Amino acid sequence: MAEFKLPANSKIGTGKTYKAEAGAKRVKSFQVYRWNPDDGKNPVMDTYEVDLDKCGPMVLDAIIKIKNEIDSSLTFRRSCREGICGSCAMNIDGTNTLACLKPIAEVKGDVKITPLPHMPVVKDLVPDLSQPYAQLRSIEPWLQSDTPAPPDEERLQSKEERAELDGLWECILCFCCSTSCPSYWWNGDRYLGPAVLLQAYRWIADSRDEATGKRLDALEDPFKLYRCHTIMNCTQTCPKGLNPAKAIGKIKQLMLERQA
Amino acid sequence: MSTQDKSPSITMRRSQLGRARGLGSAKHGAAHWWAERVTSVALLPLSLYFVVSVIMLLGADAHAMHAYMAEPWNSALFLALIIIMFYHLSMGLQVVVEDYVPNEAKRLLMVMVLKGIIIFLALASAVSVLKLALS
Repeated sequence: MAEFKLPANSKIGTGKTYKAEAGAKRVKSFQVYRWNPDDGKNPVMDTYEVDLDKCGPMVLDAIIKIKNEIDSSLTFRRSCREGICGSCAMNIDGTNTLACLKPIAEVKGDVKITPLPHMPVVKDLVPDLSQPYAQLRSIEPWLQSDTPAPPDEERLQSKEERAELDGLWECILCFCCSTSCPSYWWNGDRYLGPAVLLQAYRWIADSRDEATGKRLDALEDPFKLYRCHTIMNCTQTCPKGLNPAKAIGKIKQLMLERQA
Repeated sequence: MSTQDKSPSITMRRSQLGRARGLGSAKHGAAHWWAERVTSVALLPLSLYFVVSVIMLLGADAHAMHAYMAEPWNSALFLALIIIMFYHLSMGLQVVVEDYVPNEAKRLLMVMVLKGIIIFLALASAVSVLKLALS
């Protein structure tokens, strides 16, 4: 059966508490998932008290402050700090999102931070995303066209054709959506997941691409595509406000269209 | 996997891309997905009809029940309800099993057993309607 309980070596214990310095007025507690592959111990939640008067507004500001000033062993990915690289995707206050776009003020009570759900953990907040990356590669996310490009200009699109890509091209591949999807949790080895299916539709919808039929052939599968049961967690969690569920619905519609 | 294993051994060297491509596309699934939608829409009026029939027949004796089912309209609608409902049920349960049973052999077996039970129940229901309709 699907795993509904954490395996024994993944049970989360209580870790250390790092008190705020004396005199701090606006103190917020951050409970952060810690797991080290080298010490053979179970994961724990460490608590860090942060003085918000000396911290930037976003959750990423807080964990960078923790790493710089309190505990340099805390491990997480981050790069652009403005929601365009997708590196700092993690589960904050029960929802997958980008730490750099999540205001601390939006979280009531302690800020609970865990890695993206149901992915192997490399260390602390760093998940192993090699499976979804390989799935992305499997849908061949590049332009495929037999018509040669015009020798002296770009392949042109009408304004209407270009508008078809809005809501698709903005995806930054943070995988907040795929890792929020129960279908992806239970069948991630075969189901492609919302992020990859949105990318697949991004190329199906591209007027310059000529491999639409081949792309649909590759997706028509009870597991690769039809594990989507329109649960909508993907759309609800997307930190960029995109709608992967709608893109998947469009793919299913095209599957029908070419039969009817 | 035992947690006591101090030196984990690598059991899979197949590349991530190889695993992602897997056995390739089954090239089906659209018909199943569409049939689920069509049958669920068909079940809306049929279920309403069923509820109305039950209310109309509340407290009726065997004779009245027999007479009701002997009407061709009623027996045909009941048969349609039975066929479509059990068809919908079997498709829906198949998806549930596929979702939650990762082991291929167990999954195949469970789907087969479920479908067998459903076909038997559908036949039993249909025979009951026909017996009332034709006797």
